[in-house]
Amino acid sequence: MNPQKDVLPTSGWGRYPVVDSVVHRVRWQSDLSTSQTPPATLAQGRLRSYGDAGLASSVLSTLELNRFLAFDAETGLLETEAGVTLDEILQFCVPKGWFLPVTPGTKHPSIGGCVAADVHGKNHHSDGSLVSHVDSLTIVTAEGDVLRCDRSEHSDLFWASFGGMGLTGFVYAVCFRLMRISDSRIEVETHRTADLAETCQLLLLTQTEFRYSVAWLDLLSRRRRGRGLVMLGRHASGGPLDLHPAKARSIPALGGLLVSRPLLRMGNRLYYRRQLRRTQTTVMHYDPYFYPLDGLRDWNRVYGRSGFLQYQFVVPFEAGRECMEEFLDRIDGAACSLAVLKTFGEFPTGMLGFPRPGWTLALDFRRTTQTIEMLQHATSVITAAGGRVYLAKDAVVTAEHFMEMYSRVEEFLAIKHRYDPRSRLRSALSDRLGLT
Amino acid sequence: MKPSKTSRALILGARSEIAQALAHQLASEGVGLVLGARRCQSLQPVADDLRLRHQVDVDLLEFDALDLDAHASLADRVRDLAGPWELVVCVVGTLPDPVRSRSSSQEAAVALMTNFTGVSVCLGQLANDLEKRQEGGIICLTSVAGDRGRQSNYVYGAAKGGLNVFLQGLRNRLVSAKVHVMTVKPGFVDTPMTRGMPGLFLVAAPEAVARDIVGAWHKGRNVLYTPWFWRWILFIIRWIPEPIFKRMSL
Repeated sequence: MNPQKDVLPTSGWGRYPVVDSVVHRVRWQSDLSTSQTPPATLAQGRLRSYGDAGLASSVLSTLELNRFLAFDAETGLLETEAGVTLDEILQFCVPKGWFLPVTPGTKHPSIGGCVAADVHGKNHHSDGSLVSHVDSLTIVTAEGDVLRCDRSEHSDLFWASFGGMGLTGFVYAVCFRLMRISDSRIEVETHRTADLAETCQLLLLTQTEFRYSVAWLDLLSRRRRGRGLVMLGRHASGGPLDLHPAKARSIPALGGLLVSRPLLRMGNRLYYRRQLRRTQTTVMHYDPYFYPLDGLRDWNRVYGRSGFLQYQFVVPFEAGRECMEEFLDRIDGAACSLAVLKTFGEFPTGMLGFPRPGWTLALDFRRTTQTIEMLQHATSVITAAGGRVYLAKDAVVTAEHFMEMYSRVEEFLAIKHRYDPRSRLRSALSDRLGLT
Repeated sequence: MKPSKTSRALILGARSEIAQALAHQLASEGVGLVLGARRCQSLQPVADDLRLRHQVDVDLLEFDALDLDAHASLADRVRDLAGPWELVVCVVGTLPDPVRSRSSSQEAAVALMTNFTGVSVCLGQLANDLEKRQEGGIICLTSVAGDRGRQSNYVYGAAKGGLNVFLQGLRNRLVSAKVHVMTVKPGFVDTPMTRGMPGLFLVAAPEAVARDIVGAWHKGRNVLYTPWFWRWILFIIRWIPEPIFKRMSL
């Protein structure tokens, strides 16, 4: 059966940029091998990457490759097709006492997309990124070969695919290890901090004690930029294994009014002040802890038609805080609507994988031409410090900056050319960054 | 007449998206499945998925609606493979290209043979088995296109219309054997069959249609239009006088 075609304007979660795309729906593994017709193409999942990583003029949509293939209830080894979402995996595994080993801040991406970005979660300092939990991938190459890859067989393709943004081949299936839980709730300890120095210090001090840690920052406070709430978590035990609710509330768009600077500043102040004590301990369901924004359907529409940018970078711990301060000085003109700080530990990733030991700061901005210019300009602070920007969220970095940030590009391209000699796999991101 | 509890259902034409949505709907109610399709081994991922998500037994069976000689032994082959079964869900259907089926005898013949001859011969044979056992039932998907012939798809419509009549008769015959027959007439459903067709409207999701079908089955409905509003759309279309209808371009 031939994959079906639709032509649609598509964009990532940031709603910028928009690319007109011929979408071929894929239902079977064989559709991935036989679809030799389009000259250039890319697998596309749920489009939860923010920028242009999932966009191309011709894509193979994996939404219908959403089957569970195998599960070992003893070891938690699960194999699914690439289009299965984290939401579906949670629905499957939580009642059985298993949890995702690594999860990003939303449960809506497909597992194939998670591989392409080698996603990390609030537990990178203790568990690493997704690749550390994946046993093997089944990849259909651009030439139509079906390859089982793991750490020994086709290991070059295996590693290159994590963080490879879909440019190495079509991931058909992912085989990975779930994490045992005995309770669907998370014990959360929230600390209020006075400034960025204290926030950083607290994150470092609590690394061994808590599996999960993340800090929300108030960057719009005039006097104490970087004050915030450090949210530390660990799985509770011996409680219920309740699933998350299926429903989400929708949020009015209001043409970007909600993300204007004065309102944001007020909102930040209220959020910071919502906790009166310096330290507070609660037990909450995993859904509001890991996926606070999933409760609001289509929250990306809040930024209006222009869309928004998320910019996440990592800088080494050494001189990392000074670097972050300098970066924030440079982008002071842009109203940052959300800022989240985490730490990364020492774990492996692919050649274009994002995580490396250090501080990682994620920032949301309403998309304007000035913001883009400001971010492009400020990126040199990151490159100078030996840091890098997360491709799954990026829409603005230039090819020159990219080559400086990712030192293993040549190695990646050598592997890409080996498995995709005709350069059929391309995306708006690979065109922007010169990844061909 | 409300149908009795089903332990195993045979789904014919299991490659289709509606069939797979129906399989999930039935499996979620604890019904085991036999998936019949051509090149059935390629449905292995579907079977794995159904087993894992719903903890039911799933078997694959090679089935070709056009292999008329094989239909007589189908009931026994299903029993040999999977044990007792009660329900047949027939989702077999193919939509010919309306323009090509004018010039190509082959295109028209395959559509008529698959949609009408293959399905009705097969269901007739399975009905004998159910009648003997005095249990179970048949759900068969036809189409709203079978309610009145239109220039855009009358070959398909004629086969589906013939199948409607066949199912009426089968229902009438089997009622005394406590075997229930339900005719399902879906409107436009978002599947590979309709994708890219011009002039689509009110397109339903396969999952919604599947929910509707299984719900109607439990209620013992005879003829189901799904989604429900197609009953009224077709009511109007059927009542347009032929002198007017023949000049319309539908």
